[in-house]
Amino acid sequence: MNVMSEAWRYLSEGENWTGSQGMANLLSQQLLLTVTALAAALVIGLPIALWLGHLGRGGFLAINVSNVGRAVPTFALLALLVVADWPGTQSFGPYGRAGLATLIALTLFALPPIITNAYVAVREVPADVRESARGMGMTGPQQFFRVELPLALPLVMSGIRLALVQVWATATIAALVAGPGLGRVITDGFFRSDYGKGIAGAIVVAAVALVLELLAALVQRLVEPTHRVAPSPHREVGMSGGASTVEESTDAVG
Amino acid sequence: MLPTAAEPSCYSRAVNDWICGQYLTDRQQEIIDATLQHVAITVVAVLVGLVIAFPLALLARRLPRLESLVLGTTTGIYTIPSLALFPLMVPFTGLTATTVVLGLALYALTILVRSLLEGFRSVPDEVRESAIGLGYSRTKLLFGVELPLMVPVVMAGLRVATVSTVALTTVGSLVSYGGLGNLIRDGVSTNFRAELLTASVICVLLAVLLDVVLVGAQRILTPWTRGVRT
Repeated sequence: MNVMSEAWRYLSEGENWTGSQGMANLLSQQLLLTVTALAAALVIGLPIALWLGHLGRGGFLAINVSNVGRAVPTFALLALLVVADWPGTQSFGPYGRAGLATLIALTLFALPPIITNAYVAVREVPADVRESARGMGMTGPQQFFRVELPLALPLVMSGIRLALVQVWATATIAALVAGPGLGRVITDGFFRSDYGKGIAGAIVVAAVALVLELLAALVQRLVEPTHRVAPSPHREVGMSGGASTVEESTDAVG
Repeated sequence: MLPTAAEPSCYSRAVNDWICGQYLTDRQQEIIDATLQHVAITVVAVLVGLVIAFPLALLARRLPRLESLVLGTTTGIYTIPSLALFPLMVPFTGLTATTVVLGLALYALTILVRSLLEGFRSVPDEVRESAIGLGYSRTKLLFGVELPLMVPVVMAGLRVATVSTVALTTVGSLVSYGGLGNLIRDGVSTNFRAELLTASVICVLLAVLLDVVLVGAQRILTPWTRGVRT
């Protein structure tokens, strides 16, 4: 357990947290990367997926994007982007060395869970509910914004939650290709045989991952429509049934 | 450095091609070794995950109160990035292949426990009742009726677990047991494009190949589903 006490020592020394290469700085850099990539993926993926779900088209693409995302190693894509002429290792604003390459990779890996879940979420809205909305004379956009979107929200959120976990994991791996973020503490420690440091970095990365997951779960619970209006029991059963199967089948991690 | 006749055409100091046949022949043994290590780590990890997941799923089914605990714990592990999980295991397993295999098995476990529980739920109650009515024992019911009927659902989970394990194995290069990941890491540090692209492509092909093998296995294991689907 000698390495463990070394790790604790590394964590408890204040100087390891401060400075430009300190853990506090690297942590905020990785959080910034995560938030930016997730936001970019939401802006790109969410409208397309929701629109396709509303139309009921492109299902093959929306589902299979997750299968492709799972098969491509995050490490390989990061490595390819960094070694290529563009984006390469060039620094990118506050995102640090290889910042642009990392951001592109993170966004690409955040897209599959967002797209697949959002598409399925809109498709899973029961046909009778959809028909009632049309029968009431709702136009296409009204149908989408007043009926489909609110009912789809829980499953859309669980896709965003999966994406968040994926992005945080991939942002950590960026350090393996000399990218920015906290993963650098881990790789520095391991490649220089300073295992206490490596494990200390791993503890921080893992702890933040768990905190992010808990926060996301909390947000998800807040947007759950059951908290605002109690839907008819029949509809609730239909939605939660669909939600659980999809949530389980779109797992993806870095 | 002057190019000589013996010098490789596409990865000298001056040229750094993405695709290079010369590399494939020159470093053939290295590539084969890395691929074999990759396959071995992936297969053992998924099998270990399955062996642990099975009793956990049985336990969770028998004691519903444990189900949320089992699912909560495995999901928590799943949340931890692979690059952080491997270091956290090093104090216990050292810088060995065991670290990578066990770490990956923990990820596979999450997917497999869920799909096993889902599989149990997919067996119709009437079928279970008929078997009990016919005098099947608990064990015979499990292995003779439930498990065969669960195959399609469990196989779906096994495919997801296998494909993502192939991809995650590359991160094992942190402790030098990453299969093709070792080549990727070397490719990054020496700026060697052919090595990097070759290893990445083999990795994706490996995931597709293992997926196809599992689909084939499922067809053989569930002969009764053939003919129904045309």
